[in-house]
Amino acid sequence: MSRVSDPEKTAASDAAGAIASPDANRHTPAQRLQHFLHANPAAVPMIVVAVSAVVFAAAIGPKFYSAFTLTLILQQVAITGIVSAGQTLIILTAGIDLSVGAIMVLSSVVMGQFAIHYGVPGFLAVIAGLAAGGLCGLINGLLVSRVKLPPFIVTLGTWSIFGAITFIYSGNETVRSQEIDQTAPILHVFGNAFHIGHAVFTYGGVILMLVISALLWYALNKTAWGRHVYAVGDDKQAAMLAGIRTGRVLVSVYVVTGLICALAGWALIGRIGSVSPQAGQLENINAITAVVIGGTSLFGGRGSILGTLFGALIVGVFSLGLRLLGTDPQWTQLTVGALIIIAVATDQWIRRASA
Amino acid sequence: MTTTIQPILAARGLTKHYGRVTALDHSDFDLYPGEVLAVIGDNGAGKSTLIKTLSGTVVPDSGDIRLDGQPVQFASPIQARDAGIETVYQTLALSPALSIADNLFLGRELRRKGMLGKVLRMLDRQAMETFAREKLSELGLLTIQNIGQAVETLSGGQRQGVAVARAAAFAAKVIIMDEPTAALGVKESNRVLDLIREVKGRGLPIVLISHNMPHVFDVADRIHIHRLGRRIAVVDPKTISPSDAVAIMTGAKAPPEAGLAA
Repeated sequence: MSRVSDPEKTAASDAAGAIASPDANRHTPAQRLQHFLHANPAAVPMIVVAVSAVVFAAAIGPKFYSAFTLTLILQQVAITGIVSAGQTLIILTAGIDLSVGAIMVLSSVVMGQFAIHYGVPGFLAVIAGLAAGGLCGLINGLLVSRVKLPPFIVTLGTWSIFGAITFIYSGNETVRSQEIDQTAPILHVFGNAFHIGHAVFTYGGVILMLVISALLWYALNKTAWGRHVYAVGDDKQAAMLAGIRTGRVLVSVYVVTGLICALAGWALIGRIGSVSPQAGQLENINAITAVVIGGTSLFGGRGSILGTLFGALIVGVFSLGLRLLGTDPQWTQLTVGALIIIAVATDQWIRRASA
Repeated sequence: MTTTIQPILAARGLTKHYGRVTALDHSDFDLYPGEVLAVIGDNGAGKSTLIKTLSGTVVPDSGDIRLDGQPVQFASPIQARDAGIETVYQTLALSPALSIADNLFLGRELRRKGMLGKVLRMLDRQAMETFAREKLSELGLLTIQNIGQAVETLSGGQRQGVAVARAAAFAAKVIIMDEPTAALGVKESNRVLDLIREVKGRGLPIVLISHNMPHVFDVADRIHIHRLGRRIAVVDPKTISPSDAVAIMTGAKAPPEAGLAA
């Protein structure tokens, strides 16, 4: 089964499931919709992406509906898409990670410092950055699982700590793009793009985000570890009594998220060209926004990577669409804020289906 | 029960303190092969602590536990489970959003053979679902048609059924059931009692913790009465009335002399 996040398969198993509930015919259309959405959490954001893209295309015309614009959206959501894939894991365990943006920037600064200032070969600098991200995740994970502090508090603290370390370590200095190109071009690899007609695909945008999402989808749906992530978020006590080592699952989730943030940091260097301690300040909020709009429940145990990908795309479509319409950027903020509230309200309504 | 039969699960002198509170006071316990042993006791008598020491959730301060005559020590429920003791918790310990099959195998999933399983760690869904279907139909839980159904879509009785099926499927030696009928209606309770007889019929001994005297007297072969942190009597439900059992449990009546020997 893949009840939690595989729309096609669960639609089929739902039809079979009707046999077990004799009162299925008594449901009103609204209740049936509720049950369908409950079984397919990625359906809502998918519909919203499709509808909003059609509406903007109708309002803006061919300027929006061009290969260039559509791939521009992918590029613009890439960093948030990668970070929010990691954030999804954390939120599935009923946690939250406020430090994801700080881990991302710290990792990118470590890569820049190692490559430029220590003269370490580029790929070793990348490994050092990934290790830094993994270590940050490990610290979060141990504080959550061993010291048993609430994830919100742990990551509120480490958000400040990792952010401060980034500034202290880098001396608040930016590593310029030319320096990177001269000494460690590998740091720019995710900024490289290829063209298919007018479509522009950056490696960071298309490949890394999609590969990470695909890998996490596989891990969550096809491996025991993925089932355990859902079980821990759903009911931690039950998972523990069922024989799952919940502490290990939590630590692994935070470490994997730290690594994903470090990969996002690598992609960030490609996107902005330089290594800047000032970059990505709001990435934690953007990531939580994408996850929530993507239909993953903040109470844990429910949601999907696919939903998060759609959630990130929704924000991207609205940002670019409203900009092309020539509206004040504040309208984008206002719309995204409203989407968050609508998404959580929808989640609450859908969750009632199980009661 | 004669002394020639060795208990499958036995405990001697179990003691557990929580601060100044004594939850277990040199308590003994015996479960014989193939029987349903009910454990009854007033609130605070320490029966749930006793059960927790047997299922590995609580580590006793002193005393020893023997499984099949061999001394055992459980530091966690996982260790008790590995030794062949499965527990159906009052909370069921099911993950509502996951399917019946996923819940049955939670924490002991089957992986695909060969590279897919070894390297890619891919689950063998088909094997797990086949096994789950087999186990549920063995216990007469045929009303559950779709093994991929999320547990939260099931009724209370069906969920209890899934939890019992999980225990029965994997228990090598003993099943412990904590208040399995407490949250259920009359009809669903009767289904669970049938389920207990069914599991017993398959040769697995069951420890049943319950407050419900009619249910206890319905299915139990022997009744362990717990009072003030220790076993004060073991009685035969065929020779004692429920009101006498309750009287012994609350201290209104002295335990029968023969009771302790049984």
